[in-house]
Amino acid sequence: MLPGIPTYAYVGLSAVLFAMGVIGVLTRRNAITIFMSIELMLNSANLVFVAYARQYASMNGQVFVFFVMVVAAAEVAIGLALIVAIFRSKRSIDVDALRQLNG
Amino acid sequence: MTLEWILFFALAAIAVLSALGMLRSRNAVHAAMYLVANFAVVALFYLLLNAPFIAMVQVTVYAGAIMVLFVFVIMLLGAERLSDESQALPLQGYLAWTAGGIVALTLVLVVYQSITTGQAPLPTTAVPADFGSPAAIGQLMYGQATPENPLSYVLPFEVTSLLLLVGMIGAVVLTRDALTRGREKR
Repeated sequence: MLPGIPTYAYVGLSAVLFAMGVIGVLTRRNAITIFMSIELMLNSANLVFVAYARQYASMNGQVFVFFVMVVAAAEVAIGLALIVAIFRSKRSIDVDALRQLNG
Repeated sequence: MTLEWILFFALAAIAVLSALGMLRSRNAVHAAMYLVANFAVVALFYLLLNAPFIAMVQVTVYAGAIMVLFVFVIMLLGAERLSDESQALPLQGYLAWTAGGIVALTLVLVVYQSITTGQAPLPTTAVPADFGSPAAIGQLMYGQATPENPLSYVLPFEVTSLLLLVGMIGAVVLTRDALTRGREKR
């Protein structure tokens, strides 16, 4: 590891990346871009896990990152299948096009 | 400013700028490529944090498999050019930016406060040479629970395989349903 870099530098970077993911989910209306922003948020959470795994010299944090990646892979497979299904019925992946429940 | 900080800030700048590029990009393929760059930089951070196995999984699974799936779906739908963003509510964009800004400000404040009050510890402990290697992580995941490592990850790992199976079946069923419906119309 880089010897002079404290853990909070990684936590700060992770906070910035997470906030950018939140802004992406809130501001973009395109389903695929929203999905990519969610991946950004998952990734920044993983960065904190790995940083604190190094901090406490315990590999349990890295094992958790492994599981988060598995859940992310399953989530992406289902989510993109949903987007494809929505596109086939609506001809659009704009999330504002999905408003049938809005009477 | 030591060499380590210069390297850290250079990598962090690439990570933040590529994330910003993803947010601002109007072309979905460009956004995906920016995200690949971001994942690659985060993999470098994992390497710097003594996590070589996680770094390799990050490159192969995240930057590789997941992003290939993204690009594949973008190409399949022909959704490279993102349409002009719609507005369902008045002032929706400003409201979203305000809410996102509040979240960002809160996160930055919390991290800043934990730094200034000394809640964020500094890494001082040395780690063994095989810390984070595939062999060590495998030992931790599949090995017996020991007093030093009271957690065994065998059961979570098996549940994970079930999750992936359900995900696979779900993806097949969702897209197949849409396909057959399209055929009935014709």
